Amino acid sequence: MAVEQPMHTAVTPSGDQTRIHDIGYRGYDGPRLGRAYARRSLYSQSLRGAYGLGRSAKSKVLPMLLFAVMCVPAAIMVAVAVATKAHELPVSYTRYAIVMQAVISLYVASQAPQSVSRDLRFKTVPLYFSRPIETADYVQAKFAALASALFVLTGAPLLVMYAGALLSKMGFAHQTKEFAQGLVSVALLSLLFAGLGLVIAAVTPRRGFGIAAVIAVMTISYGAVTTLQAIANVQNSTGAIPWIGLFSPVTLIDGVQSAFLGATTRAPGGIDPSTGQGMVYVLAVLGLIAGCYGLLIRRYKKVGL
Amino acid sequence: MYDPTVARLTYRALLGRRRALILGALPLLLIVLSVAVRGLTGADDQTAADVLGGFALATMVPIIGVIAGTGAIGPEIDDGSVVYLLSKPLKRPTIIFTKLIVAVAVTMVFSAVPTLIAGLILNGNGQQVAVAYTVAALVASIAYSALFLLLGTVSRHAVVFGLVYALVWEALFGSLVPGARTLSVQQWSLAVAHKVAGGDLVTSDVGLTTATVLLIAVTVLATWYAGQKLRALTLAGEE
Repeated sequence: MAVEQPMHTAVTPSGDQTRIHDIGYRGYDGPRLGRAYARRSLYSQSLRGAYGLGRSAKSKVLPMLLFAVMCVPAAIMVAVAVATKAHELPVSYTRYAIVMQAVISLYVASQAPQSVSRDLRFKTVPLYFSRPIETADYVQAKFAALASALFVLTGAPLLVMYAGALLSKMGFAHQTKEFAQGLVSVALLSLLFAGLGLVIAAVTPRRGFGIAAVIAVMTISYGAVTTLQAIANVQNSTGAIPWIGLFSPVTLIDGVQSAFLGATTRAPGGIDPSTGQGMVYVLAVLGLIAGCYGLLIRRYKKVGL
Repeated sequence: MYDPTVARLTYRALLGRRRALILGALPLLLIVLSVAVRGLTGADDQTAADVLGGFALATMVPIIGVIAGTGAIGPEIDDGSVVYLLSKPLKRPTIIFTKLIVAVAVTMVFSAVPTLIAGLILNGNGQQVAVAYTVAALVASIAYSALFLLLGTVSRHAVVFGLVYALVWEALFGSLVPGARTLSVQQWSLAVAHKVAGGDLVTSDVGLTTATVLLIAVTVLATWYAGQKLRALTLAGEE
């Protein structure tokens, strides 16, 4: 509706050729949903994206496959336990995530870069910050989304095991306590892995490179730590084993849960950390999570401009 | 068959800026680890074989192979800049062959050389352990580079699939299902290393003849097929 409105021309001084044409643009006078809504949307989009929902069929393959790989062994274990009328699950709730650590690392490595690297590569980060959200909102939304996705990935097999344990009438109180301990441990694991994955992925705009870097940090540190622990065990310097475990994400979680959450450690020699060492482990995990958050904030203060 | 300009561009893509740092970090860690182990235990042939076999050959060589093999061509296809290379009057198999040479060289420098140094630190090449694992790393570098270069031309998620093969197939299935070990680059290269070392410290589940035939077959077939894939490459948009 390119209607020229005589009202405007009347305002301009006579003799001047300047006019304002009303070409029909309309202002927005609906509700403004604001910062919290934008943050929630970013969170839900990122969480859906971590499982390939709302993306192409090809990008659903890998996360769904890894999810299936996480859940199938739990289902098989439950089936065996029910069939043989066992009184205890063959693998405890807390141990399951440690056994499946390679799958979890692969999931973080594939999904952390897809969550943040493409925003960096196509320079869409400044566009996010032209909306009402702040740096902290972006980081919190992405962090929370990846941590939630990881919690779903690691929590679902525990739920399968718990349901199976209750169906085969293994003591309710005992199973519930262990299930709760398992959930606390995988929640910590999700936060830690999500933080580390995002920090590494946010450094590089190249997706492939981010994947390799994340997997290198996760598996190489685990490989190095377990090798050193095995050697310390052979050399009978068992006191050093819990301290070596501080240097890789998987053994950190293993240490925390074997000190406080009733798990038995997977470290060679099978020596649980003492309460003092356990406190160091907890502090290290919390410190790492907070440090990752701080580093992400710092990173996005810079690239958001 | 070898084009110096393509080689130079590929070297720059692989080692430029901060990329050389991550490639250098892994060998550095191996050497630090072997110094620590030597300090803890002293020279011991079995420990040396465990560290080199469990950490260097099983973890470090495949990961560097994935980074170098897919990194030689993957990013170019990913951001579409490969069309500038393809529009030059060069045979596509030549491009692949050159990139393979570069990937093999990078993998060898960053995995076989540190393996040799780590072996010398660990036990001073007692019972030929260091040399055996270095040969294994050299042989594995060629096969891994060819395999992952092919993956780079086939899939946009080459890094993930490469890592799934290296970590899940070779490490996890290899330790659970003995049959999976026959189809594993790591075991083939161990067979060659076994021939070099001669003793019982380095063992493989595959015979030397089978291993050699499979190694050569995989390398040649992967390179040939990657050339064919590049001849009929379709560029996909970002999903």
